Amino acid sequence: MLFFDLLVQGLIQGGIYSLIAIGLTLVYGLLRILHVSHAGLYTLGGYIALLVTNLTGSFTLGMIVSMVGVGLAGMVIYRLIYQPILNKPPFVALIASIGMFIAMEEIYRIIFGPYGITFVDPPLQGTFTVANIYLRHSEIAAIVLAVSLITALSLFTRYTRIGIAWRATVTDPEMAQSFGVDVIKVRYLNFFIGSAMAAGAGGMVALLNNLVEPTMGSVPSYKALAIIVLGGLGNVKGTVIAALIIGISEAFGTIYLGDFLDRDSIAFALLILVLMFKPTGLFVRG
Amino acid sequence: MEYEISLLTIMGISIIGALSLNLIVGFCGQISLGHAAFLGIGAYTSAILTKAGIPFFIAIVAGMLLSGVFGLIVGFASLRVKEDFLAITTMGVAFLFMGIIRKQEVLGGEMGIAMIPGSGLGKFGYMLLVMLLAGALILFSIYLKNSWMGFTFNAVSADENTANLIGINVANYKLIAFVLGTAFAGLAGALYAHNIRFIDPESFGFIESITILSMVVIGGMGSVWGVTIAAVLLSIFPMWFQFIEDYKLLVYGGLLCLIMIFSPEGLSGISEKIYAGVRGKRSDASS
Repeated sequence: MLFFDLLVQGLIQGGIYSLIAIGLTLVYGLLRILHVSHAGLYTLGGYIALLVTNLTGSFTLGMIVSMVGVGLAGMVIYRLIYQPILNKPPFVALIASIGMFIAMEEIYRIIFGPYGITFVDPPLQGTFTVANIYLRHSEIAAIVLAVSLITALSLFTRYTRIGIAWRATVTDPEMAQSFGVDVIKVRYLNFFIGSAMAAGAGGMVALLNNLVEPTMGSVPSYKALAIIVLGGLGNVKGTVIAALIIGISEAFGTIYLGDFLDRDSIAFALLILVLMFKPTGLFVRG
Repeated sequence: MEYEISLLTIMGISIIGALSLNLIVGFCGQISLGHAAFLGIGAYTSAILTKAGIPFFIAIVAGMLLSGVFGLIVGFASLRVKEDFLAITTMGVAFLFMGIIRKQEVLGGEMGIAMIPGSGLGKFGYMLLVMLLAGALILFSIYLKNSWMGFTFNAVSADENTANLIGINVANYKLIAFVLGTAFAGLAGALYAHNIRFIDPESFGFIESITILSMVVIGGMGSVWGVTIAAVLLSIFPMWFQFIEDYKLLVYGGLLCLIMIFSPEGLSGISEKIYAGVRGKRSDASS
């Protein structure tokens, strides 16, 4: 049953990758910025979820506080870092964002210490077995969270007024503005939702590994970039599919390519391979 | 004296590394986030060759050439994609490089390569060699910047489509910049390997790529003097002030972020503004 085990692990990992990558691709779709410090917010999400859980004993409360808090932090980053440089060439925002990300990791190290922290009493540790596949409750929670957040997002953008205004702004900011959409509000909303989803992923990863450390975001930060490129920069559906592809190929790759390539470079091998044949990513923006 | 010599050596290597990236990012406007990987190729090549008994000078030249060859291959593959895609692709190449090295026992794997032979020139001689090479690269950069090729690079960097329209073969010039930059990066890496005498995949990771990029950005992309000065400052400050060494990444990251927000032209942009300001006041007074 190795095949199914790997498939399930890949799907869990892919679900978490898509939660992180959706925020990135949303920011890119709206502002054409590669928001590297997004991964710093993901780490912050892990810290808040863990600390609040340890303090109150409720993981649900920890996740809610973490998602709201990090969503607000995302809006602050937009206001302080990106808004002043929106009209500059794209590399300016990219480098500022990388600088911010490195500084954030260092701040976490200074505040929380270099070795990482764990749950005092980790929740959802039970296990259960379906058709010989062995799953932890926390893994099921991760899948449920990913599926429900992604579904909620797609319903939100399809059926609410503000969601429709958001899609209109992504398609054509000037036209949307002339129809009375408050573009600035849309941007804040964009950062709030994207960052909150990353915080959800951060909280889940904290629980799955029972560990949050300052460098937790390093690998996801690069990998999420590979994922959004594969998904066709700015395309949410493409990003989710690309995240699942990467999650599953990593799960299988670790077994079959392990002697040759380490796990974290599989995403990039795939990325470079795809870009050779399709320089615009797997899915065209739409 | 010992301390000053090692400081100057590290400074010289930083200058070579920063100017090599400046050829790609500054002159030609192609963002590369994986430059440290090319330092790595130079370092590994030279380290393995000298350990096999090949003389030092041949080994560092081989490191430089091999790095340039890899630069050519990566350039072919990645210069088709533009701007944001390019930044991510170069980063991906660097990860791939580290990922492969980690798994190859022949290349030292996770443990790296230790006991790399020195240059045989002594500490002082080595410092002189490094300084000489750094000086030569500064002169070469200035020469290149004011040559026809430099102007062409400038055009490509300023507006690719217009450059194409007036008959510049944009792809070729990007490739030339990439090969030159990566070859010099290989040289910097080889010099680094024989100075520290120990290398592992971590020595050429993403943070190192960003450290080199900080030098170029803080100095002012494309400005030879700005980048040289930034390389000098950013390599010696962490040694002089323990505070900066402890919080190196916070300082680098914060500086990158602040410079981008307030003065994307870096030190050279700031000094030009001050100079223009002083001149402006004088002309006001005379009129």
